[in-house]
Amino acid sequence: MEHLEIFNLLREKFGEDAILEHIVSGDEKDPRDPFILLKTDTLEDVCRFLRDDERTAFDMLHCLSGVEAPECFESVYHLFSFKHKHYVTLKVCASKSNPSVPSVASIWSAANWHERESYDLLGINYEGHPDLTRILLGDAWEGHPLRKDYKMPEHDRLKELGF
Amino acid sequence: MATAAQPKPLQGEPMTVFMGPQHPSTHGVLQVKLYTDGEIVNRAIPNIGFLHRCKEKIGESLEYQAYLPYTDRMDYLGAMNNNWTWALAVEKLCGIEVPERAEYIRVFVGELNRIASHILLLATFGLDMGAWTPLLHCFREREQILDILEELSGGRLCFGYVVPGGVNQDMTPRAMELAKKFIAQFPARLDSLNQLLSFNQIFIKRTANVAIVPREMAIDYGFTGPMLRASGVDWDMRRDETYSIYNKFDFEIPVGEGLKGTVGDCWDRYYQRILEMYQSIKILEQVIEGFPEEGQHKGKVPARLKPPKGGEVYVRTECPRGELGFYMVSDGSNTPYRMKVRGPSFCNLSILEELTKDMFIADLVATLGSFDLVLGEVDR
Repeated sequence: MEHLEIFNLLREKFGEDAILEHIVSGDEKDPRDPFILLKTDTLEDVCRFLRDDERTAFDMLHCLSGVEAPECFESVYHLFSFKHKHYVTLKVCASKSNPSVPSVASIWSAANWHERESYDLLGINYEGHPDLTRILLGDAWEGHPLRKDYKMPEHDRLKELGF
Repeated sequence: MATAAQPKPLQGEPMTVFMGPQHPSTHGVLQVKLYTDGEIVNRAIPNIGFLHRCKEKIGESLEYQAYLPYTDRMDYLGAMNNNWTWALAVEKLCGIEVPERAEYIRVFVGELNRIASHILLLATFGLDMGAWTPLLHCFREREQILDILEELSGGRLCFGYVVPGGVNQDMTPRAMELAKKFIAQFPARLDSLNQLLSFNQIFIKRTANVAIVPREMAIDYGFTGPMLRASGVDWDMRRDETYSIYNKFDFEIPVGEGLKGTVGDCWDRYYQRILEMYQSIKILEQVIEGFPEEGQHKGKVPARLKPPKGGEVYVRTECPRGELGFYMVSDGSNTPYRMKVRGPSFCNLSILEELTKDMFIADLVATLGSFDLVLGEVDR
């Protein structure tokens, strides 16, 4: 299935409101992979549907990335189906003040560590995750380094030294 | 058919043991927390992050081209393939064309590096299972590959060779000579290594029917590369989602068959790499045969790359350990807004806790060995 067909299928199934934005593939001047921006609270249902439905059968979560966009925290899902050999990219946005996204670890086991990594480095809270703890950094670490406003622990000292 | 012995609980005093981060069979700085009952592991929890170097954060503060050396040090045993994947992502984001000769050189170094990486698995996995001799043979072979890659790039482990737009240095006649010599003798050497290790009864007893990963489980946990194919999934990025010039070459994709036990056991994962090395040789022969006489090794690339605002790409390729993915977002400046690395070892390792329930400690070593982990890529 092409990205557009999947988009139409989702719109048919979950209604117009569930999908906030749909970007089709860009051109040379705008190199952009197509994606579908979902409403946060529909994410779990959509993912379950995409995995279980015969027409889509997305059995693999290839990558899950957290991104701090200027307005919100994005969580990006790259899905792949071995049955149909097709891709889709889903996105959800979480507010800056309380970044919270439903977990998909119960749908794809691969999400477990990816969500922990995203929580660790960006501080996105994946609700319903079985064990949302830090994975790359130590448990006592403060802050989330991939946030744009993160200050390195050595920041003040380096400034003193003139760097 | 050999079947692995079923562990019986001792019901003695449970004990918590830390395996690693300084342990030879964790292949780097991996720590596994073992809850044991005698020889049996009830639960094994991997603890990663000892080698975390904030690669993604560094990626956000460096110009596009300057990130090259950092990609080498993720999967340091498949550095060429890492360079290549990163270069592909930058090229896609910035719309850079690659000359044909450069594509040939990329496949050439990529496949050589794949063999170098797989042969190291053969060596270390044998070592984990108590076979010392194959290691010496494997390093002799690997040395020849490193000589070729050194001739081209100047480096022996971290190459920094594949750059956006092509490769750093042109192919040299000496590298071509060395490669021809290597290709001519390697399959026979691999055959003898097979006799030495792969079909060795002791080795088979240690690895067949151990840590079986069924097809569905492999996909669910995001397995890729040789690990996925060993579980019986016929999928290879080079053939099915072809990139560069892989569509010009004729090669087969071996899939795990459970020759000595069950599909997706440790032996299958090991033998998968052996079979892939034969195919890499097949590709290399065709690369050398069809190598363009003339042409550029690097296309025109602006000194400063500035991809358009809002650009975002996800590129994945077939690396020795699986599919490496780069997710790059641009905000129109000369540094990426976000650079996420999807390391294959990271996803492969996440299965460990579920896979090693009620297993002998010795089998856990076999399991970890068959994963072919590189912790530089797990921790990034």
